[in-house]
Amino acid sequence: MPNSNQFTYRRSSWWKRNQQRLTPWIFLFPGLLLFLVYVIWPIFNSLYISLLQWDGLSPAIYVGISNYIELLDDEYFYISLMNNLKWLIFFMLAVPIGLGLAIFLNQTIFGIRLIKSLFFFPFVISQVVIGIIFSWFYNPRGVIGPFLDKIGLSNYAILADENFATYGIIFAGIYPQIAYCMILYLTGLNNLNTDQIEAGRMDGAKGLSLFKNIILPQLKPATFLAIVVTVIGSLRSFDMVAIMTQGGPYGSSNVLAYYMFETALSEYGYRMGYGSAIAAVLFTIMMFYILFFIYRMYQSEKKGL
Amino acid sequence: MFPIPIQKRPLINRVSYKLLVPVSLFIWLIPLLGIMLTSIRGLGDITAGNYWGMPSEFLLFTNIKEVFQNTPMLTYIINSFKITIPTVIGAVTISCMTGFALASYKFKANLFIFFTFIAGNFVPFQILMIPVRDLTFQMGLYDTVTGLVLFHVAFQTGFCTLFMRNFIKALPNELFEAARIDGTSEFNIFLKIVVPLTRPAIAALSVLIFTFIWNDFFWATVLIQGQHAMPITAGLKSLNGQWVTVYHLLSAGSIMAAVPPVIMFFLMQKHFIAGLTLGASKG
Repeated sequence: MPNSNQFTYRRSSWWKRNQQRLTPWIFLFPGLLLFLVYVIWPIFNSLYISLLQWDGLSPAIYVGISNYIELLDDEYFYISLMNNLKWLIFFMLAVPIGLGLAIFLNQTIFGIRLIKSLFFFPFVISQVVIGIIFSWFYNPRGVIGPFLDKIGLSNYAILADENFATYGIIFAGIYPQIAYCMILYLTGLNNLNTDQIEAGRMDGAKGLSLFKNIILPQLKPATFLAIVVTVIGSLRSFDMVAIMTQGGPYGSSNVLAYYMFETALSEYGYRMGYGSAIAAVLFTIMMFYILFFIYRMYQSEKKGL
Repeated sequence: MFPIPIQKRPLINRVSYKLLVPVSLFIWLIPLLGIMLTSIRGLGDITAGNYWGMPSEFLLFTNIKEVFQNTPMLTYIINSFKITIPTVIGAVTISCMTGFALASYKFKANLFIFFTFIAGNFVPFQILMIPVRDLTFQMGLYDTVTGLVLFHVAFQTGFCTLFMRNFIKALPNELFEAARIDGTSEFNIFLKIVVPLTRPAIAALSVLIFTFIWNDFFWATVLIQGQHAMPITAGLKSLNGQWVTVYHLLSAGSIMAAVPPVIMFFLMQKHFIAGLTLGASKG
């Protein structure tokens, strides 16, 4: 009996001594486990699959980098990559437009809160719905039909035009993104340092120079965040493309995200290895931004500590 | 205040501003107004090409009824709730714990784990697609709500941890120290001090995750095949294929898909925006 008593005593003291050290791991366990299984491991697994020839059912064959070599000669891959670049460039417009809207709405008139939230509306709605709205908008027998007739473009369907389909989708995609940037800047404008602005005004700074020298530097955190979410949003263009064109006509509006899905999972065949190689390229592009973001956060963490 | 408050401007500016705001709002919302207008029209208007004039009949309820009768829309909506609500509960609970662990304990791997969560959160979905689909298959959870929820919880843990960790980090540390000196166990510090104090963050996170998951389309396409488990986003997409010309029904369906997140947004606006703009006002 005394022995077992001693044992419990010792165990509780062991727990007491190590509680501080062990508790964080106990709290981290479920989240970390799920994240490792569903996010971290799949990344490495995908990179490995990109070295295989595999249809998902029959045994996989190791083929080295031949999937990547095939990519170099794949016309559709280049089209998709170029379209990703177009998305990235034009999506960036959401940042200044969002800033402009935020400045325009940063007033206190009757009902302004409701107006701001109505401006924000498109962001809350699913991209699937936005995609449906716009494809029906662009339909020449649909909403803009009468307008097209007036400007002499009867029956013009932008989504069926090889040269412009991508721009049609980007235009739809940028709509909610502007709303997001706007809300980021509205928060930024709300937290401006009033003293600095007044001091600037005393010194005679007005209009553009006030904006450039005093306002914009203070909005830096909002700008940083707006750029980060816009870049990521532009590379996640899957939903819009899937709804509006499915990459067509003739692959002309494809993006890497959708092209990957199409090669790996659609009726065009189950080429898991090749699809993974496309995903790996997309991942590498994104990794630059992720590392940049992490570096920024690391800097501010070091300052905070 | 920037720009200069409109009240301090000459009368003409004030008047034109007050006119300009509703006009620009109207232009901004044209796409959404268009779909609302279409959802109340009848087939007659659609085939006659009457898209912008007054609807000749008011058929919103007929259209909604027709959508429910002729399509599995009701199942889709229920599925969306079955997917979204457990995900919100799961992701928020787990990230309260991870956020607490990373915010209030010093250990070697702390920052590394934190940055792993952040980095994973930004990864393109496609790099996860094939292994996650395989894994779900092997667990026998392909084409089930559970399989989709498990993945969503895991993935959202990244963003939620970032959010909760920063929130808890901003709480005064003395609070925890004082409790520790009083002999409170670490678990009780979490349950009795941290959880009550993080309520605003929990609210903000819940609305955000609700919207993200409700609007998810990609993972629903990858992990779900049949109508029995399909959420409304994927359901709408399949209807989109079938109903090329019946825009009034498609519009009614789209509105149904949009209503829950919109209500959520209006009810919890403050929290929603606080969550989205985290970090937009400080360096």
